[in-house]
Amino acid sequence: MDLKGVRVAITGGTSGLGLALVRECLARGARVAFVARTEEHVEQVARENRGAHGIVGDISSKNDIYPIAMQITGELGGLDVLVNNASDLGPVPLQMLSDTDCEDLERAFYTNVIGPFRLTKALMGALAASAREGRGAVVLNISSDAAVNPYPGWGAYGSSKAALHHLTRIWGEEQPSEHINFLSLDPGDMDTPMHRAAIPDADPSTLRRPEDSAREVVDAIAAKLTRSVLPGASGWVHSVQTDAKEFEM
Amino acid sequence: MIVATQPVQRPAKARLLVIDHDRKIHHVRRASFVDYLHAGDLVIANDAATLPASLHGVHVTTGDAIEVRLAGRPSLRPEDINYFTAVVFGAGDFRTRTEDRLPPPKLAVGEKIILGPLHATIEQLLGHARLVTLRFEGTADHVWAGLAHHGRPIQYAHIATGLALWDVWTRIAGPPVAFEPPSAGFALDWHTLSQMRERGIEFETITHAAGISSTGDEELDRLLPLDEPYRIPEVTARAIQRTKKGSGRIVAVGTTVVRALEHSARLDGRVRAGDGVATQRIGPSSRLRVVDAILSGTHEPKTSHYELLRAFLDDETLERASRELDKCNYLTHEFGDSVLIERVRKNLRGHHNPRPDTSYVRRKPLVKG
Repeated sequence: MDLKGVRVAITGGTSGLGLALVRECLARGARVAFVARTEEHVEQVARENRGAHGIVGDISSKNDIYPIAMQITGELGGLDVLVNNASDLGPVPLQMLSDTDCEDLERAFYTNVIGPFRLTKALMGALAASAREGRGAVVLNISSDAAVNPYPGWGAYGSSKAALHHLTRIWGEEQPSEHINFLSLDPGDMDTPMHRAAIPDADPSTLRRPEDSAREVVDAIAAKLTRSVLPGASGWVHSVQTDAKEFEM
Repeated sequence: MIVATQPVQRPAKARLLVIDHDRKIHHVRRASFVDYLHAGDLVIANDAATLPASLHGVHVTTGDAIEVRLAGRPSLRPEDINYFTAVVFGAGDFRTRTEDRLPPPKLAVGEKIILGPLHATIEQLLGHARLVTLRFEGTADHVWAGLAHHGRPIQYAHIATGLALWDVWTRIAGPPVAFEPPSAGFALDWHTLSQMRERGIEFETITHAAGISSTGDEELDRLLPLDEPYRIPEVTARAIQRTKKGSGRIVAVGTTVVRALEHSARLDGRVRAGDGVATQRIGPSSRLRVVDAILSGTHEPKTSHYELLRAFLDDETLERASRELDKCNYLTHEFGDSVLIERVRKNLRGHHNPRPDTSYVRRKPLVKG
């Protein structure tokens, strides 16, 4: 399914799944803005992926949110799809929760919960306008199986992803009249810098390629957009069959 | 009236003065705005987000500190971000009343201005020492990033603390194209919109680049509002046609919505989807073809916003409402209380003023492009 002309914003877009999503969306004809903290990485990805709009900003910082939102909607002229992908692992190497520094926990929550909350809220007007205009609107929050399973050592990451997952569900319940689709997706264990930081000795051959996960994530977005523009459709139909796990909501 | 000095969009005590279709005046809480709407009505708001349009920097020729307030743009296209009409002030900031601000150094075509990360050239002088066309150097993305990081919302001395973008973006804010907030929309939140839908009241938006409200200079203020580009989505144009065929009313949230819709409908009364540039002034001689009611801020006589309200209502009733606003200490300016004005019932679709419509006299465009 193509995404021709669809306006997509992706946070954490310079590595791992985020970068794969930038490339997949561009390949399908979307207009893409991506966000990341490091200016030189943003410039490099923008240079290598023609047409992508690179935005420098830190999702975990309150003062960066509105400048990021303004550049997204300014450069794309609106927004149809927001992918909250940027994530923080918490302490590296992973620690038992009782050994986790408060600062590490806070940082994980700012990046994985409060940042996506702020950015989604700032962009809600643009997304609702897209939905009203029949373009469809999707907020996709990248989740994890750690959001539902209490894996030892994944306390900061897992608890913050659980909070993001629940935030997604509540938004979905509250906003049906605006016809914005809220999705929480687990892309599976991938061979990414974050996974290497968490489990340095993992065998890469047992891990998914981020490109494969990105393709499935974008399929899920495209399916929601297609359904959204059908008469009477308002999202919340969960029949997407992919390896990426869409949580029941 | 009393000036609202706190940047709170929806204070719990916000009030609404309603002038109903029988010219009766009611004082209510603004939260009960929805109670004055009916199933079948169509509420239309301006979904423009507000640019951080105040930029401090240096006039390179003299080395003098200046403040540039962006005030106009030729279109709403995302890539059309290099040219702006701008008002230039000398050193100082919003803490000084605009009337008391220092003038800029003498400006000339071709001169450079540095505004933080943004470099600009003066392209045109627009007949006043403070009014110019600027061209920003660099790609559209570079200009967007420069504005996002260096700009601050335009504000005035009645608010003591510096405003952030979250203070001036409405809940429904979308494309960042307004130079000052379309503040009538501060009254709306997602709860109100869901209440409206439950009651069969439709809601749609337009995008209109609301301009600056004051320059502190009488001669310049007489030019306000400057030309303002707008966009009317297909879905909004269709909803208006549907409502006009039925018994519902078109309720505009803010003067910018009135300006855009009436401009679009100026030829034959029909609102068309697409882009336009509102060039007209709306006043007592304007014939309203589209809008039946307006939710707006509280405006003082002689301002361009007040003049627009005169298109809805006779002067006597408006003056009575102004006296009530004063007597009851309503709050005014962008974070103030609101008024809801319904056009008189017998002339709901008609023309309450027999004077000729002179609002479309063509003015010279101020922005190159």
